[in-house]
Amino acid sequence: MVPNMQNNELVADRPDQDSDIPFLLIEPAKGWVSLKLGELWVYRELLYFLTWRDIKVRYKQTALGAAWAIIQPFFTMVVFSVFFGRLAGISSGEIPYPIFSFAALVPWTFFANGLSQSSSSLVGNSNLITKIYFPRLVIPISTVLAGVIDFALSFGVLLLMMLYYGIVPTVNVIWLPVFLLLALVTALGVGLWLSALNVQYRDVRYVVPFVTQFWMLATPIAYPSTLLSEPWRTLYGINPMVGVIEGFRWALLNSETKPGPMMLVSTAASLLLLVGGAFYFKRMEKKFADIV
Amino acid sequence: MSKRVIFCEGLGKEFRIGKRELNKTLRDVLTDAMAAPLRALKTRFSANGFPGMATETIWALKDVSFDIQHGEVVGIIGHNGAGKSTLLKILSRISEPTEGRIGIHGRVGSLLEVGTGFHPELTGRENIFLNGAILGMRRAEITRKFDEIVDFAGVGKFLDTPVKFYSSGMYMRLAFAVAAHLEPEILIVDEVLSVGDAQFQKKCLGKMGEVAQSGRTVIFVSHNMAAVERLCSKVLVLENGRLIGNGQPRTMISNYLREGSGEIYVARSRTGHPQFLSAKICDVNGHPMDEPVCTEPFLVRLHFVLPEDAPGTQLGIGILSADGLPLFTSNTWDVNLEAPIKAGEYEADVLVPANCLLADTFHVAMCLWNDSEVLDLQEPAFSFSVDPGGSHLYQLDSQRKGFVHIDCQWEVRKLSVARGATAGGQGAS
Repeated sequence: MVPNMQNNELVADRPDQDSDIPFLLIEPAKGWVSLKLGELWVYRELLYFLTWRDIKVRYKQTALGAAWAIIQPFFTMVVFSVFFGRLAGISSGEIPYPIFSFAALVPWTFFANGLSQSSSSLVGNSNLITKIYFPRLVIPISTVLAGVIDFALSFGVLLLMMLYYGIVPTVNVIWLPVFLLLALVTALGVGLWLSALNVQYRDVRYVVPFVTQFWMLATPIAYPSTLLSEPWRTLYGINPMVGVIEGFRWALLNSETKPGPMMLVSTAASLLLLVGGAFYFKRMEKKFADIV
Repeated sequence: MSKRVIFCEGLGKEFRIGKRELNKTLRDVLTDAMAAPLRALKTRFSANGFPGMATETIWALKDVSFDIQHGEVVGIIGHNGAGKSTLLKILSRISEPTEGRIGIHGRVGSLLEVGTGFHPELTGRENIFLNGAILGMRRAEITRKFDEIVDFAGVGKFLDTPVKFYSSGMYMRLAFAVAAHLEPEILIVDEVLSVGDAQFQKKCLGKMGEVAQSGRTVIFVSHNMAAVERLCSKVLVLENGRLIGNGQPRTMISNYLREGSGEIYVARSRTGHPQFLSAKICDVNGHPMDEPVCTEPFLVRLHFVLPEDAPGTQLGIGILSADGLPLFTSNTWDVNLEAPIKAGEYEADVLVPANCLLADTFHVAMCLWNDSEVLDLQEPAFSFSVDPGGSHLYQLDSQRKGFVHIDCQWEVRKLSVARGATAGGQGAS
């Protein structure tokens, strides 16, 4: 969309009377390319429609429909409560173990589904990629965004559970959207890396279940992060999901773990993932249509 | 004075070929690295290379340069694999060129496939909005044109039915209706006219003509020479990735047809899909021949392969004039013949009766298709000349025009006697 102003011949070539007509120069790109976030803004309606499509078709032709959004974290919570809470006797402090783990499983499920769905999103939409131009970033972004609906459903269940246990959140709850955003950014950051890699290496398909499984174990979902002492706890924040989960517990359940320097480490790690992923994605983008 | 809206300079597109490049697994890369660590590293870090890959490449396009003026309707013709679709993909920014550059003034709308992004689970109404957004329409624009689109498609009653329950015809009509209401300054259309029934194709061509007349710039790829000649003001001819012709439609088409096809057809490669392997002219005993004689019947012998069972396959040929005008077609459907559908290689003979073609040059087009898609279309596949065989009846001259001989019945009756004739008194009665 941006005219190449350095080139005099091209500038002379523009019809001066219609300066509002867009001019486009197609050339082989060299080296690292810009992210062209402005173009993403131009295509915001497509982003909206693709997100809407993903939401609409997600539970089509399933018997239980949107209940799946709740079943997955809820039953994991039940299993965790029995095995870790009762049998292994992991301490969750003053908070009852079921809600301690469910408050972590809700953002975790959002993250894990966002990650796995966005990593297969480019390959799944190859018919679009090979037939029409649009900024490819739209595809993984819309996939992750569509997961917000599932999150909202299971979050509703979380609120009901809080009611049941008589837990009243403090004013800290206003920070919750920030933690959700952090989960979204992390899922998208990893999704960008994996989806771009998946176009060329279909191994990614097999890697993703492993990654989410290990990542879950490396995140304080079944156990509190207070198992670690400082400074290791702060360092633990390198896993951005540690910040997200501890943030959720702090904002909703008023757990004693305050998001201190650990949250800064998580935010930095998450942004690093996103920016790195976006540049890698943009660099690979030009080859997508040829090799997908 | 007309303005240049597109310029293309020294355009080239290089593809790396070979199965190994596509969807390589990490294991391949690792195995390569084990086998030859140094070489693998070298390729891995070489300028543009895919990691650890044999660098066999092919130029799908090379040194292609042309200009397109505002309001021109440009047809791109060429054999399969000549680079037409690659060119459209680069113009549409889907694929990036390897070298050269293109400048485009104005918004581009491209239609490389009818119904891109249609989702089977969504209703007709939902798909109109989704597909419109994918093609680059604003939501307000789609809402404004919504009724028009529904009218054009004629699917009003089924608007809230998921499109997976649509017949293929309805599906195509709806998909085309959305695309037809796209209003870019430059429209790029791939061979979308080869799908659907005759009525649908007519609708498509009619809409293309309308767009062309509204002064917008249109670039389209087609095998339909008659449509190209009727709609286009300029034709580009591609051959093996190079631009070999750029000019008047009539001249370009007849040059392309004359030079582009030999006396027999042989497939360049086996694609793994249903395809024609070869085709030629034979005498009635099946012996290959160069020039059939007007007064003798002859065979068009087609050799084709179905790599897998292909239910619903139909087979047909068309005879075209030297200019590419279709004269007649004949297919298995017309004659109620069951075309083969089991996997295998087959030979088909089409008997063209005696006394039907004049002594001229003709092209043979041939097609394999089923209800939903064209499997292989070769237009033209090859050419042949017909020998008058000593009979003046089939010799083109000042009294005899056209392409075919049709044995018409004549009768001349006397209605009245002209006055001049009686005055002369000679031989009138």
